[in-house]
Amino acid sequence: MSGTEPLLSVESLTTHFHTEEGTVRAVDGVDFDVYRGETVAIVGESGSGKTVTSESVTKIIDIPPGEIVDGSVTFDGRELTGLSDEELQEIRGDRISHVFQNPQNGLNPVYRVGRQIGEVLRIHEDGISDAEVRRRVVDLLDRTGIPEASSRVDDYPHEFSGGMKQRVLIAMALARDPDLLIADEPTTALDVTIQAQILRLLEELQADFDMSVIFVTHDLAVVSEIADRVVVMYAGKVMERGRVEEVFEAPAHPYTRSLIACLPGRGSAMRRIEGSLPEATDPPEGCRFHPRCEYATDGCASGDQPPLYHVGGDGNRQSPAPVGGDADHTAACVYYGPAHDVSTLEDGGDRQ
Amino acid sequence: MSRTEPLLEVRNLTKHFPITEGIFNREVGRVRAVDGISFTVDPGETVGLVGESGCGKSTAAETILRLEEPTDGEVLFDGQDLTAFDDTELKAFRREAQMIFQNPDSSFDPRMTVGESIAEPLRIHGVGPRERRQTIARDLLERVGLAADDADRYPHELSGGQKQRVALARALVVNPRLIVADEPVSALDVSVQADVITLLREVQAAFDLSILFISHDMSVVREVCDRVAVMYLGEIVELADTETLFEEPQHPYTRALLRSIPTLDPGERGIDASLTGEVPNPSNPPAGCNFHTRCPEVIQPAELDLDQSTYRGIVDLRVTARRHGIDVESLRDLVGVDPDASLTDEQAAEMRAALRAEHDVPETVDDPEAESVLSSALDEIVRGETAAGVERLAETFASPCESTDPGLRDTGVGHPAACLQFDDAETAVDREESELTAD
Repeated sequence: MSGTEPLLSVESLTTHFHTEEGTVRAVDGVDFDVYRGETVAIVGESGSGKTVTSESVTKIIDIPPGEIVDGSVTFDGRELTGLSDEELQEIRGDRISHVFQNPQNGLNPVYRVGRQIGEVLRIHEDGISDAEVRRRVVDLLDRTGIPEASSRVDDYPHEFSGGMKQRVLIAMALARDPDLLIADEPTTALDVTIQAQILRLLEELQADFDMSVIFVTHDLAVVSEIADRVVVMYAGKVMERGRVEEVFEAPAHPYTRSLIACLPGRGSAMRRIEGSLPEATDPPEGCRFHPRCEYATDGCASGDQPPLYHVGGDGNRQSPAPVGGDADHTAACVYYGPAHDVSTLEDGGDRQ
Repeated sequence: MSRTEPLLEVRNLTKHFPITEGIFNREVGRVRAVDGISFTVDPGETVGLVGESGCGKSTAAETILRLEEPTDGEVLFDGQDLTAFDDTELKAFRREAQMIFQNPDSSFDPRMTVGESIAEPLRIHGVGPRERRQTIARDLLERVGLAADDADRYPHELSGGQKQRVALARALVVNPRLIVADEPVSALDVSVQADVITLLREVQAAFDLSILFISHDMSVVREVCDRVAVMYLGEIVELADTETLFEEPQHPYTRALLRSIPTLDPGERGIDASLTGEVPNPSNPPAGCNFHTRCPEVIQPAELDLDQSTYRGIVDLRVTARRHGIDVESLRDLVGVDPDASLTDEQAAEMRAALRAEHDVPETVDDPEAESVLSSALDEIVRGETAAGVERLAETFASPCESTDPGLRDTGVGHPAACLQFDDAETAVDREESELTAD
């Protein structure tokens, strides 16, 4: 992590969707920072709000029915939430760009890939020559590991496999040398050997382009592979935040622990989580996880989600972490706050 | 495994899809989706078929249940060859073997209640009356962890995990002995996935079921299966007890697959992305071992002893030349030669270097003889004599894996794999020697 000021600072972000079934509080007061050059993973299950969080940064959510109700998104010192669509257009694809899960949907089937990547350059660079566009597009395809880039540039999307399409989309996202790449499940639709190639590639490109990355995923193992820090979300709330080493070696929030324990194929007994994922329009009061938490007390069932408390024995446990706080390991669970004994979690937490 | 008779025995099962052309549907090729696989499933056992997209695992499942007609081979169910069944026998068989799919949404009629959906197979098989069928359905709902009253709900009212429970209830309603589950938990969230896997285990024990479990997810397979068959391009490349497969994988493909899975320990970072390229088109599978076009352990000819990554790079270059040809035009473009101008020696050198870089072949190869052949061949290629260059490369660098189909063979650790590294005779000798030393 270089620099003391975060590149991106998300504070109290609250995004609602107004639907026929009622208001979905998709993102419900989310805080996290992204520093220059680091990878922050947002991990969660369906309905956790991880995708909406990442799409609220540049407001690519549909508004309406979506609405950013509260909070701020500061990017390189500039507040983004109040910007007009034109102003955001200049930032999107230029300083912040996105890569999505399904490479099939990201490319227009009737245009050659070179033209589609070139489009990004033409939008942001007035008067750029055709020769220059072509030279840079070939260079981008080459850097994203597409063999024989100079001839592939004239191919149509259907002539590329799924993994190669994702490389093309990454090339497109990197065309303007962005400061921040937001990748939403970029490897989920790919086979595991292709996933390995793309994760490796992203790692190399991040260093080459000196970018920060927000990596949105449901897959904890991918997080452990690529992230510097992780934000664990559940039902629109941040449950836990910290460096990956800390969070994977000593997961603090009962939800994070349960999520790791229910992963298959780790050699030890897989444990299911009692209950089911909350309804989007009617999440539980109090700690969003309390109906499924084996340590929940009566107090967990009312009020709002507990604040993010510091985890770990630094004597700092009694005070909530500052909003939009630093890289310290924090968890939104009362057991890390005042008047609770955190050892209660240790007693049963490792039960097989 | 107890040595009982297998419930399911698949022998040399083959499914080819013809590629046809023109108004007479002339066959111009065939997709070898499943190309001669054999394995068994014992009573009460769960066997996994794993592999990446396009490896033929789903087609194998469908062909085993005769949802697709096999091109060749036999499928014995309880000793009877079901490829020879007539319609009546097939209908009876379909009570004994049920299938569940990845996406429970597409397997329900949205206008039928959950209870009606579960009871439908009973109706088809002539179990009646309606009240009796509904009672069975409500009972089964409770056995898969839902409420009996859920029988009156409609599919859209259920979550993905609940739908998969209903799908299981519907599969169980006819009291089958075999369930073929095609990616049954792949579309589910991890916590829901854990639920369904737990349920599948409970149900298997309670109903004494055999399960054929199709999946691309190695972690799920490790959790669920007793034995695993790894498929690549329509063939089984390795078949072993689950723990053995994960602890002592023998086939280079299995090894590469396992190495490419991210782990939960950030201290153990560095998944292996060495499996380059992509699965070849099954309508035109490579000759010999069909994994040789990507295999990190592809065997060098006896005369060579190159650094393995160098050799892999040379094989890659040859595979590219064979499959797509070498794009000499773009190479000329790259070094800036006019289309019709002849090459200077410097330009040719630059193009040769670009070809090497493209396939991760070092600037010079350690073995001087190999280097001389390689450099002459590359020179021919960049000067437009591609065929001669490719031929020259083949003479020196052709791998035995390109010409010999290994087939499943003994690996010396107790389970078979389809790889020439395990020379049948040699392994036998090795084993004898190790037994001697052990004594």
